[in-house]
Amino acid sequence: MNNAHAQSSVGIVESKTAFFDDPLFLKSGEVLKEYSLAYETYGVLNANGNNAVLICHALSGSHHAAGYYSEADTKPGWWDTMIGPGKPIDTNRLFVVSSNNIGGCDGSTGPSSVSQSSGKPWGSLFPQVTVEDWVETQKRLAESLGISHWAAVIGGSLGGMQALEWSVRYPSWLSHCVVLAAAPGLTAQNIAFNEIARQAIFSDPQWLQGDYALSETVPEKGMALARMVGHLTYMSADKMSDKFGRELRQGSFEPDDDEPIFQVESYLRYQGSQFAGRFDANTYVIMTRALDRFDLASHGQGDLSQALAQATAEFLVVSFSSDWRFAPSRSQEIANALLASGKRVTYADIESDAGHDGFLLEDKDYMALVGAWMKRVAP
Amino acid sequence: MMLRSDIDTILDWVMQGSRVLDLGCGDGELLAALTQQKAISGLGVDIDAGNLIAAVDKGLCVVQQNMEDGLSNFNSKSFDVVIIAFSLQVLTRPHTVLERVVDIGNEAIVSFPNFGHWRSRLSLLFSGRMPKTKALPYSWFDTPNIHFCTVKDFERLCDQLQIEIIERKTSEGGHILAKLWPNLFAKSASYRIQRT
Repeated sequence: MNNAHAQSSVGIVESKTAFFDDPLFLKSGEVLKEYSLAYETYGVLNANGNNAVLICHALSGSHHAAGYYSEADTKPGWWDTMIGPGKPIDTNRLFVVSSNNIGGCDGSTGPSSVSQSSGKPWGSLFPQVTVEDWVETQKRLAESLGISHWAAVIGGSLGGMQALEWSVRYPSWLSHCVVLAAAPGLTAQNIAFNEIARQAIFSDPQWLQGDYALSETVPEKGMALARMVGHLTYMSADKMSDKFGRELRQGSFEPDDDEPIFQVESYLRYQGSQFAGRFDANTYVIMTRALDRFDLASHGQGDLSQALAQATAEFLVVSFSSDWRFAPSRSQEIANALLASGKRVTYADIESDAGHDGFLLEDKDYMALVGAWMKRVAP
Repeated sequence: MMLRSDIDTILDWVMQGSRVLDLGCGDGELLAALTQQKAISGLGVDIDAGNLIAAVDKGLCVVQQNMEDGLSNFNSKSFDVVIIAFSLQVLTRPHTVLERVVDIGNEAIVSFPNFGHWRSRLSLLFSGRMPKTKALPYSWFDTPNIHFCTVKDFERLCDQLQIEIIERKTSEGGHILAKLWPNLFAKSASYRIQRT
């Protein structure tokens, strides 16, 4: 963390863990007898307790949304551009709670943590969790922090699904809801991409039906391939052309030179292996399935506006023009369903070449819009 | 008093507490004034990101959308009033939009600059060139205003589309000339219209 960063950053933050021994009844029918949930907080909860906002993270994100872990840390949390003093989600006036998800691999109970009953890593035995289950754990976390109302629940992509779920599951709990680059449910194409990623993992001989940890191995190849597919779908074709074109990283097309490797190949391989080194394969399978299974319309007998009719929050819905994995039309479905049920909603499609990743990146209009909208979030 | 006289007229016409849809809401000035003075529940529609941010900054709800895309996301009679203030002339197919707005709203309010105003006529007559005014400073080739009309044109269109004119107010409405010959003397005109 250098001085320039320190100015507008929440500064040094700490990853905290809350332990719950109340059994959690999952949507799958299974029960987690106890679990830990990792989270971070930024800013200060005011005396009235009405300035708390919840940040829900996406598939490969974590609860480390802002700030640095030490003076030497050079990489801030994933949404440091958005959260901080004077930033769109302004920690000078808001108390930000950033929750992790159970089933994850960043400190919350998940397939890579040790099961209390067996004394071994959960692995394949970890139950399938859902967006609904995460909302339950976030509600419990809020209560444990003395929060009984969210001034706003905010999330992008899979995090946006959690924000949507909050709005209809516990309407009275939130007065504002921010849904970025999300969808009310995945399309067949989107589920198909997730399935390819899972099959890539399953096809790795080291997968061992999910119990690789017992053999102290990791399905690295499968994970890397899964991430390559995923990463590709988060980018736009234009951005890839700009970034890589047809440039070669090494070799050439000359007969006596090394085999040519395109920049884009090299980039994807790097992204894949980086991810395989830090992310748990079972978690990837669980998270993608949670994405696939989410269906907001199920709250309204298959009708989205009927589902959202239960919400009482005011909404901000944002899409990104070049996002084809969670296309603008999906955000428009949400906005239109909210309009049809008479809710207060603002919808914007941010002009961007960043694809699905647009919601994570700094962009002038995006920052200005969220900042302007957040002014209405009390106090 | 605001810059454009149609705004005062619209503020006067919109009923307390109405549900208002403002198409081409710009920076949200009108909606903000209506919210403040008439306690309306308002929604703006605009295509421009800068406008959208300015309107959001005023605490308004806005949807980024091209109002010429059919407005199919708005149900029939879902608003008390639909407003098109000074943006009719930028539309590619103003008549199509007019037909939609009288369906979406119980009534619609439409205002536009009157191209039949004597200054425009004299300007064209004597200079032989497309008129430019302080309010409409664009050259013919780069103007967003592609469909100017006169008071007479608009009223004829409403007649053709079987849209009823409930009330008309012209700027300089107090002036006897604008009252007698609005097509020649009104700088702008505002209409309350509804589906016949």
